[in-house]
Amino acid sequence: MRISEGEEEITAYLSGDIDHHSARDMRESIDAIVQMKKPSLLRLDFSGVKFMDSSGIGLIMGRYRLMALYGGIVRVVNVPDELERMMNLSGLSSLDIIERRGVKLETAK
Amino acid sequence: MKLQNEMNLSFESRSSNEAFARCAVAAFLTQLDPTISELNDIKTAVSEAVTNCVVHAYKDTIGKVYINVKIEENSLIVIKIRDTGCGIENIKKAMEPLFTTAPSDERAGLGFAVMESFTDKLSVRSKIGKGTTVTFQKRLSRRVGNG
Repeated sequence: MRISEGEEEITAYLSGDIDHHSARDMRESIDAIVQMKKPSLLRLDFSGVKFMDSSGIGLIMGRYRLMALYGGIVRVVNVPDELERMMNLSGLSSLDIIERRGVKLETAK
Repeated sequence: MKLQNEMNLSFESRSSNEAFARCAVAAFLTQLDPTISELNDIKTAVSEAVTNCVVHAYKDTIGKVYINVKIEENSLIVIKIRDTGCGIENIKKAMEPLFTTAPSDERAGLGFAVMESFTDKLSVRSKIGKGTTVTFQKRLSRRVGNG
């Protein structure tokens, strides 16, 4: 996982498999930098994710809550088609924080 | 149903084995030439069930997880994932979407909902202090050249 920082925003490029085991490290890395920088926007970029079980949903919900503490928001971007069913099942779509792959996004500086 | 092939697997309930378990099951099933989406569904369901063993069944300890995969007639796959851990007090409650007893571990409470959604049939049997067996079935689409 790679994390890039801008002035007000942080983008975490998640990659590989997200399961209960790997989510722990991802969570710790993201939270460490979020707590230090307190950005107004945290982007979770899923373009490199090959597999995800419901631990990925836990990861998003947890970061959503953390960002809310600082008055910031989370955007989930570049979600591969294969993960869409999991995203829909989770009810996260009602939070309107998910953007599908193909949607043009400005990249973090 | 006529059994066409079978495999058994047992391993310790360490979180590092979650990936091993789903990949091992997927590797066994490649002989059926499943679609990527079918394989992904099964891997997801296996991952949820094994994670339940790691997080809940053997909460503060390490125990054995047993997986049995049967390939039956017409590409019907039956997967049993069994533990001898703490058991589930209220299966109905445990299966409710968003219900979790491990919020601190950021469990979304979606394990059973995902297993249900990603397979054709799911059943859960559990006894307190004895363990839990989760069984799910999925029939693969019949593909040209596949028997």
